[in-house]
Amino acid sequence: MTGKTNKACIEMAHGGGGRTMDRLITDIFRKHLDNEYLSQANDGALLPKTSGRLVMATDGHVISPLFFPGGNIGSLAIHGTVNDVAMMGATPLYISASFILEEGFPLDDLEEIVRSMGDAARQANVSVVTGDTKVVEKGKGDGVFISTTGVGVIEDGLAIGGDKAVPGQAILINGTVGDHGVAILSKRENLEFETEIVSDSAALNGLVSDMLAAAPSISVLRDPTRGGLAATLNEIAGQSGVGMLIEEEKIPLKPAVSGACELLGLDPLNIANEGKLVCICNAEDADKLLSVMHAHPLGKEASIIGKVTQDPNNMVRMTTMFGGTRMIDWLAGEQLPRIC
Amino acid sequence: MKYITEFRQKDVSANLARAIAQEVQPDRTYRIMEFCGGHTHAIFRYGVQDLMPANFEFIHGPGCPVCVLPIRRLDDAIELAENHDVILCSYGDMMRVPGTKQNSLLKAKARGADVRMVYSTLDALKIAADNPTKQVVFFAIGFETTTPPTAVAVKKAKEAGLSNFSVFSNHVLTPAAVGAILDTPGTPDEPPVELDGFLGPSHVSTIIGTRPYEAAAQTYKKPVVITGFEPLDVMMAALMIVRQINEGRHEVENQYTRVVTADGNKKAQALVAEVFELRDSFEWRGLGQIPNSALKLRDSFADFDAEKRFDIAPKQSREVKSCECPAILRGTKGPLDCKLFGKTCTPETPYGSCMVSSEGACAAYYSYGRFRADQSEGKVA
Repeated sequence: MTGKTNKACIEMAHGGGGRTMDRLITDIFRKHLDNEYLSQANDGALLPKTSGRLVMATDGHVISPLFFPGGNIGSLAIHGTVNDVAMMGATPLYISASFILEEGFPLDDLEEIVRSMGDAARQANVSVVTGDTKVVEKGKGDGVFISTTGVGVIEDGLAIGGDKAVPGQAILINGTVGDHGVAILSKRENLEFETEIVSDSAALNGLVSDMLAAAPSISVLRDPTRGGLAATLNEIAGQSGVGMLIEEEKIPLKPAVSGACELLGLDPLNIANEGKLVCICNAEDADKLLSVMHAHPLGKEASIIGKVTQDPNNMVRMTTMFGGTRMIDWLAGEQLPRIC
Repeated sequence: MKYITEFRQKDVSANLARAIAQEVQPDRTYRIMEFCGGHTHAIFRYGVQDLMPANFEFIHGPGCPVCVLPIRRLDDAIELAENHDVILCSYGDMMRVPGTKQNSLLKAKARGADVRMVYSTLDALKIAADNPTKQVVFFAIGFETTTPPTAVAVKKAKEAGLSNFSVFSNHVLTPAAVGAILDTPGTPDEPPVELDGFLGPSHVSTIIGTRPYEAAAQTYKKPVVITGFEPLDVMMAALMIVRQINEGRHEVENQYTRVVTADGNKKAQALVAEVFELRDSFEWRGLGQIPNSALKLRDSFADFDAEKRFDIAPKQSREVKSCECPAILRGTKGPLDCKLFGKTCTPETPYGSCMVSSEGACAAYYSYGRFRADQSEGKVA
């Protein structure tokens, strides 16, 4: 991302508190993110009264490369935070965004990132209401890091959490696994390969809202980001004190993702997603939820992938496509650094 | 990827399972060593053993290049990275393998050493070209499969006159290990391994062909079936080896005919022969010194030999005493026989190489098969 010499770049003055910084805020941040709260231009955003319990989630974004097939760090920051709030069953409303910019980063690239952030926020029906910008010297950052916090409200009566799964319940996912991680990998400097795979990065609050309307008794919602589906299932099994039995052939997987994973020796179940959710619900609600998911653009390939079982050791097992059984374990160590 | 699903079909596996079940003789056991870690992982990842009869046992072999690297050579690599101001390039698997006192390349990196994970020898060459003021060492490990790419890198470095590139060669040879496993004498605590045959390496054999195993098959009277890494390959080979055993044959058969030939890849062999020569002897983890089992750079490429370029200090390398990796690599013990398995030794905190590598038996057992221990013994692994 080092720009050409004649390109306008981030300078230390952009974080200095003077006129240069003010211009950056006006020309880029307010231009693309503006809303009635951000334009208050005070130290904090004054938000209207809301009723109901609040949900708050925070997220740091250090993805490399900053631009990838299907998005960039800006849209990813919005999607990631919206999804964390939505996975609580809440309606995301407000986002804060803090930018750490590296000296020398091209302003054009920054504007592109902030523009997609604005687009993503509008699509997800959330407002970026407050923000901060800091600049670090060249070599002390890696282009752009973004920290976001999201706030949402949750309706009374919902009880969603990783500790709520009980044996006999059904486990659903809204589509193919591993797309985001493979899309990022395909653009890594030392690993570039040709693939048509684009990241699944998307805001899931609309889908969640449809699902909750159909089945308010959903027990667990979680987005399988870093560590992939494997980590998410193990987290929930541990939190809820249950086991799980997954059917490999029910897990949606794009052939190109499967192929890339074979080539690189990776397990698609360990690969990050940014537009997927795992839902655990009562068995009798599963078919109804599945058809609701199928009717939503982000759930067309939704599938019931298995069920919650009783298991004092909280193991996640899978019947393989081959006809045997194996465990789905946590990823050991770091498979793909800086994936989000 | 039709190529993948074709070799993982449930209905075909069920047919093969029926054929194997029909052909095994009920009054005997079939103890078969799958040589490669790739086989071990296929067996666990797809649950192949669930489809095999009870008297057919897979014994996990030493065919995991990370696992068989003796701890001293890893300590040497860590020394190179930390004390010689070099950029050390390594395949990813090697990074977390514990050396003496649980040191590792990853820990050296965290302390400030310039250790870089590469996917190919050419990445290491590029790093050398991009950093002309730094010495770049490629930590070369692996069996015959990874040796040709190292040879290519050395030749390219010579052609390009890259004076800052060298190779720390730990390339080892498979056929020598087959004999060493069967020659390893037992002890009162550890009887020698009893084997009825081998599933032979797949990718290694694409390079060297099937002939190099014939001596071992004849000498030790053990059938060898060269087989691929897909689960259907493993089951087909299991059926072939059961037939050989039942008929009293001990031949080298090739199940992996879609890739492997009797003579192998002659071009690759010539390349390796041009750059490398046999070491008199080399230490393997678990198997000790094996004569003529490893490769070093020829004198004509001595300028690219890290062992000649750097003065690597002799050191007292020590394995963790209670770690059973050596016995597991000899096939005399399994992961569950190790007191550390699943307790102090896990993929996050490995004590031995077998728990680290994606081809290690302990890692396969831990990641895919741990629930079996719970079923059979009713305990938490």
